[in-house]
Amino acid sequence: MGQKILFEKIHIPGIKTYDVYRENGGYASVEKALKMNPDDITEEVKTSGLRGRGGAGFPVGLKWSFIDKKSGNPRHLVCNADESEPGTFKDRYLMEYIPHLLIEGMITSSFALGANLSYIYIRGEYMWVFKTLERAIKEAYAAGWLGKNIKGSGYDLDLHVHCGGGAYICGEETALIESLEGKRGNPRIKPPFPAVKGLWQNPTVVNNVESIATVPWIILNSGEDYSKIGLGRSTGTKLFSVSGHVKKPGVYEIEMGMTVDEFMNSDEYCGGMIDDRPLKGLIPGGSSVPILPKHLIFKTANGEDRLMTYESLSDGGFATGSSLGSGGFIVYNDTACIVRNTWNFSRFYHHESCGQCSPCREGTGWMEKILWRIENGQGTEEDIDLLWSIQAKIEGNTICPLGDAAAWPVAAAIRHFRDEFEYHVRFPEKIKNRDHFVNEPFEKVKHLLQNTTV
Amino acid sequence: METLKKYHQDINITPELMQRIQELVSHYPEGKQKSALLPVLHELQDAHDNWLSVELQNKAAEILNITPIEVYEVVTFYTMFNQKPVGKYMLEFCVTSCCAINKAEDVMDYTCEKLGVKPGQVTADGLFSVVGVQCLGACGYAPMLQLGDFYHEHLTKEKVDQLINDCKEDKITLHDK
Repeated sequence: MGQKILFEKIHIPGIKTYDVYRENGGYASVEKALKMNPDDITEEVKTSGLRGRGGAGFPVGLKWSFIDKKSGNPRHLVCNADESEPGTFKDRYLMEYIPHLLIEGMITSSFALGANLSYIYIRGEYMWVFKTLERAIKEAYAAGWLGKNIKGSGYDLDLHVHCGGGAYICGEETALIESLEGKRGNPRIKPPFPAVKGLWQNPTVVNNVESIATVPWIILNSGEDYSKIGLGRSTGTKLFSVSGHVKKPGVYEIEMGMTVDEFMNSDEYCGGMIDDRPLKGLIPGGSSVPILPKHLIFKTANGEDRLMTYESLSDGGFATGSSLGSGGFIVYNDTACIVRNTWNFSRFYHHESCGQCSPCREGTGWMEKILWRIENGQGTEEDIDLLWSIQAKIEGNTICPLGDAAAWPVAAAIRHFRDEFEYHVRFPEKIKNRDHFVNEPFEKVKHLLQNTTV
Repeated sequence: METLKKYHQDINITPELMQRIQELVSHYPEGKQKSALLPVLHELQDAHDNWLSVELQNKAAEILNITPIEVYEVVTFYTMFNQKPVGKYMLEFCVTSCCAINKAEDVMDYTCEKLGVKPGQVTADGLFSVVGVQCLGACGYAPMLQLGDFYHEHLTKEKVDQLINDCKEDKITLHDK
């Protein structure tokens, strides 16, 4: 059993309610923080080594230290609860089952930043969670943890929850800010960064739900204690959202540093492959990060154990590694079609592109079309190279990382599974049914590729 | 701009709805009432058969004291706002990867066939519509659909049958008010 920080109390009956949460030590970090110097809180978070849990992994304390405290403009903390990365559903779980943990984290973090007006931006589809948070915030106001002069400290904080309207792009922090201002979610050109000009041009910090929910533990214990959990620069615990072909999908909290093998195959976590079918691929950090083929999942290219850390999951770069990303852990067995799955992702990115930058607006659509052609047996050998060329022209050429996120899965699929694309091109009659590899896994038919030439 | 003649929406802003809207607006500083636009549109849509006519969008602009174009550009950007009538029960199936490999397309096809509609269409009685949508964040509980404010997960054909029956018998709560 690894240490639990976020899930320590999540299974206590009634923990959703303020009374039970408070009886179990809830809001203690606020009591402690209000007696501290705000900058010391930021220091603790820096010491902890906590890295942003939304996907980018940027150190949280460092991000806080960039907030402009000199201009005297009002400051804001905005929690990014727009969880939309395919494969990721951990924030929803936290907010649904222990909403006060996030609210406690918001108060402690807002105090550190000197913010007096903060928001939780939640995706509109999580409407029942939005309502859960609204009620929990009302309870927190009633108990005196929000509002004017919190617990006699002289500190004022208003906190509200805000719902989006269904747009993946609003998980990008500047798009989220635009959306919170009541506009289309078009990412802003940076600089200026939100820490200087964010919500309503005021200094703003945007942090993921899981990051903020970790702050209470760090304040109650210490940054140093937190930094001792985990491995190397991957400190602490991390939530993984597990989906796909495993026996036990769900959300798990683990101490970083466990092997991928243990996480996937132990009964305590994923429980191994469903129906004991062979493993084919793994996306360890949400749809945007490269898919790993079977031989690179449990071992890195150097033959070392692949670990559940930022460093190990990205070991080998994109050539032989991937990324921890948001912790959206998607497992595919031999019945999955990589071409179909890549088309599925390209359709997603095409749908979600905001349309500001041509490479992304046009490129995502082209990739979707070409992938659909290949998946339906109408592709050519040149289409595979064309796909490669398009993804390479999107990457790095857009205002925000959605373009990169759309390009990477396509690149990785071609890099590691090119033979499946070729099979689709050469044997159109074998892939007519969308369940082609369910009926006849690729492993069983790939020998056909050796017998023919184009 | 106006709504196509073949669609009609009766606009009714009840005192309760107005009070709720004022509460949402109060969450933002003086002069920043535009920020309340998305939450307010959700409330207006929920109270008006789950769609937003041009006239209702104009009403939102009037309430928030912003120009109509500021509302239109938002309504057209976000997936959740419907610009024409949808079924009273709109079954939104997630069709992204993790759901797709768990037979989401089969369950959705089954539902369409059962209701006699194609994705995007509304049944003749106005009760149901079916749409495929992008990842809803329920990947570990696939396949799934969204209906109103709630998710229905680990779907099977039998569960869809049951859900459709419950809708017909008016046993389903759409919104958590």
